[in-house]
Amino acid sequence: MKQKHLIERVMTVIFFICGITAIACVALITIYMVVAGVPAIGKIGIIDFLFGTRWASTADDPAFGILPFILTSIYGTCGAIIIGVPVGLLTAVFLSKIAPKGIGAAVSTAVELLAGIPSVVYGLLGMTLLVPAVARTFGIASGACLFSAILVLALMILPNIVSVSVTALNAVPPEYEEASLALGATPTETYFKVSVPAAKSGIAAGVVLGIGRAIGEAMAVIMVAGNVANMPGLFKSVTFLTTAIAKEMSYAGGLQREALFSIALVLFIFIMLINALLNFFLKGGNKDDK
Amino acid sequence: MKKKQILALTGAACLSVALLAGCGNNNNTTPSSTGEEDNSNTSSLSGTVATGGSTSMQSLMSMMQEAFMAENQGVTVTYDPTGSGAGITGASDGTLDIGLSSRALHDDETDVEAITVCLDGIAIVTNTANPVENLTLEQLAGIFTGEITNWSEVGGNDAEIVVIGREAGSGTRDGFEEIVGVADQCQYDQELTATGAVTAAVAANENAIGYASLSAVDDTVNDPTVEGVVCSEETVQDGSYVLQRPFNFVVKKDAELSEAAQAFITWATDGSANEWILEAGCVPVA
Repeated sequence: MKQKHLIERVMTVIFFICGITAIACVALITIYMVVAGVPAIGKIGIIDFLFGTRWASTADDPAFGILPFILTSIYGTCGAIIIGVPVGLLTAVFLSKIAPKGIGAAVSTAVELLAGIPSVVYGLLGMTLLVPAVARTFGIASGACLFSAILVLALMILPNIVSVSVTALNAVPPEYEEASLALGATPTETYFKVSVPAAKSGIAAGVVLGIGRAIGEAMAVIMVAGNVANMPGLFKSVTFLTTAIAKEMSYAGGLQREALFSIALVLFIFIMLINALLNFFLKGGNKDDK
Repeated sequence: MKKKQILALTGAACLSVALLAGCGNNNNTTPSSTGEEDNSNTSSLSGTVATGGSTSMQSLMSMMQEAFMAENQGVTVTYDPTGSGAGITGASDGTLDIGLSSRALHDDETDVEAITVCLDGIAIVTNTANPVENLTLEQLAGIFTGEITNWSEVGGNDAEIVVIGREAGSGTRDGFEEIVGVADQCQYDQELTATGAVTAAVAANENAIGYASLSAVDDTVNDPTVEGVVCSEETVQDGSYVLQRPFNFVVKKDAELSEAAQAFITWATDGSANEWILEAGCVPVA
């Protein structure tokens, strides 16, 4: 009896330590990001840093304006959402409501596999297949541009959107749909006017998850976006917040290195905001259920 | 249930180990305690060799640091990437045992001498479908600064030139821009983070041009001659290929070097380090 008690106490302590690890890591990372990122912003000046349009970190007359990176990240993510959400949502409706068992299983497996493919593989295929194809299709000299990055990101966020939306759609009480059908609505009307609105907070959560993945993705993007610090244009070579850090970190020194940490801090704040948004949607979802 | 708990615990343990491993200090200097490691080697050298300077020599130095410290366990070689100018100043005022410089000494830098460790040859790469066989330095400068935008202007097909380079801070970019005289003026279409990525991108785009370390050039790309000279180890060694620069150790004249620093210089220049020099993509001179 005593031994059992002892084990219980020891396990409680172990569980507590494991639980605290996650919090400690988040706290540590947050503190580190702020400590490492703030000094350079101070040296450069927050206005010059956030709204400067020229980034030339190793020039004799260096400039550290990250507006091109911020805008590129925002445009890229929006582009990925514009392409990814309609496709993802319709896939989710298909899987949840329409698909016959066999096809549905095949599509779900494919979507799950899509989620499991490492981002470097997306990048590699993007670099060798998509980039030349974009160049040929649009008659531009170099296909490494924002548009290619958007296509890759749209594909990458698809599984997030689909899987979360399917779960949300499956949770819609069948009575809603039965009532709609009984009132004479067609199945399509029912899906779009009853099922999707009823599952909207879950779907929104999926979209926000997708945004989080798109804005944080570096590896696949660095291989297809061209990585020049231009102001964003659909067919221009661009640098995202993530790739700005990844690209220069290996050889950076001095203020350049500190400025890269400042970029990381900006990115970190973006991700935090997205997480807050996600929490908002998830809480909203719970209210609906009541 | 128990099984699940054990699994979770093991997972957590693995994660925390990985986390701790990630906390390692990622500095270039290696602040390990000197002399305390057991000298399993026969070498009796000990002490610290402070080097610093050229950022272009980073990959070369990290290879040589590692190899030399493995052979001489009592010695710590530090490397501080501060730029060639700072390296020469450091050697001259005695804060560094060995300054590192990726350029020849200027005439007024008289109190130090340069010992060439190896040469850095930079090849121009184009797509295998590109008929251009030779480019002059002037044409290269025009292409990379965006004044020449069509291959027909340099004797090629009528197609827009896609300029591919390396990221800011890369030694190859730094070297290329410095030799061609286009530092900070280049208009790139793509900036990639590795030599391999540059050759891959050039291989994939018919109208692309890029630069890469001599050692990275293979059959997947063309390497047109520069000023009529093909880029090879021989032409870099005899100086006829212009896209090259020396990687120098700079030491103060008449200064008494520590035994360890002297040993490091000898090791780097007498051919023992050639394996690492080649690995770093440079051309040995010894």
